[in-house]
Amino acid sequence: MRDSCVNPLSRPVKGAGGPTGSWRTSRPVLDGRKCNNCLLCWLYCPEGSISKEDRAIDYDFCKGCGVCAAECPQKAISMVKEEV
Amino acid sequence: MSVKIKDMPDIDYVLPGSAACAGCPSAIALRIVGKALGENAIMVMTPSCAVASIGLLPKSCYSIPVLNICFASAGASGGGLTLALDALYEKGRLQGEKPTVFTWIGDGGTYDIGLQGISAAAERNDDFIHFCYNNEAYSNTGVQRSGATPLHAVTTTTPLGKEVARKNVPLLMLEHRIPYMATASLAYPLDLYRKVEKAKSVKGFKYIEILSPCSPGWKFAASDTVELSKRAVKSGSWLLWEAEYGKLTLNNPTRLLAEGKTQPIPVEEYLKDQGRYARLLKHPQKEEYLAAIEAEIRRELTFMADRAKL
Repeated sequence: MRDSCVNPLSRPVKGAGGPTGSWRTSRPVLDGRKCNNCLLCWLYCPEGSISKEDRAIDYDFCKGCGVCAAECPQKAISMVKEEV
Repeated sequence: MSVKIKDMPDIDYVLPGSAACAGCPSAIALRIVGKALGENAIMVMTPSCAVASIGLLPKSCYSIPVLNICFASAGASGGGLTLALDALYEKGRLQGEKPTVFTWIGDGGTYDIGLQGISAAAERNDDFIHFCYNNEAYSNTGVQRSGATPLHAVTTTTPLGKEVARKNVPLLMLEHRIPYMATASLAYPLDLYRKVEKAKSVKGFKYIEILSPCSPGWKFAASDTVELSKRAVKSGSWLLWEAEYGKLTLNNPTRLLAEGKTQPIPVEEYLKDQGRYARLLKHPQKEEYLAAIEAEIRRELTFMADRAKL
């Protein structure tokens, strides 16, 4: 950590912008029965927080933008309001 | 031969938890571009949203080497980097495949501040890819107008709507007659992927511009980022084409629009969900303004259709 103050070099890590999942106002929920594995949600997620293998959503970093739900051709993803 | 989504590699240039806004089009585009370019790449960035998304030192959200440079120098830095790599390979200090050098620049760094450097790099035919993610404003600093802001769009510096039309930088780059250039849209990811793969395989200067609907800048719901990209193309407001050494080819669906085989959707469909046009759509002279925008779209389509015949 001390070195990085002298040397202005950043290293890639998850969560460089903090725990961005806390920004979310509604969360995407996948209905696995409707999913036809087209992978559009994986391709379009700006955070890369949907896994390619099983479409598991990483809620630590998902910002809840809703692009996955809007673009899903099977309407398998629904946006559910976050309760505080 | 077209690639399928499931065949795209699991390479991510943007790691989860970046500091970008929710639904950021730059992050979506960079993820698709990354899958096409592969891991062996170096990115050059000028001040833009994509730089602000990196996060704070000592963390970075990008998984590849990134060089942050000053605003006007995208072309010069990209060219310098690729020439330095060439020199190191010539001296034998580096072995293996040369990394793909690319610049990831907003419309401010391409249309306005960086234009002369990019034009010079295109004329020198430096071996790198220039990407312009065009969100039609200086969104990073709070949505000021740029040379790419379209006619009548409201920004913080054009509160009554921009009075002049945007400039056509893709056309300017076309007339530099560079080895490869293309325009792309988020709504056609396989088209974007193919164009990036093609650019990677060509030596010399390449230019790819991606329309990036910006939800805080254009004032629409973040979930509509891709939907608006699609409406931009279907209404003819954004044209998809590519060119090799100035030989222009229109891509679908723009080709069908230009040939008159399909009709563009009404431009109001594209504008109505954007808060930056709310003033225009409530204006007493609304019909007049919309007719002027549609006339501009028809002119552009006719121009590009005839240019493709050259």
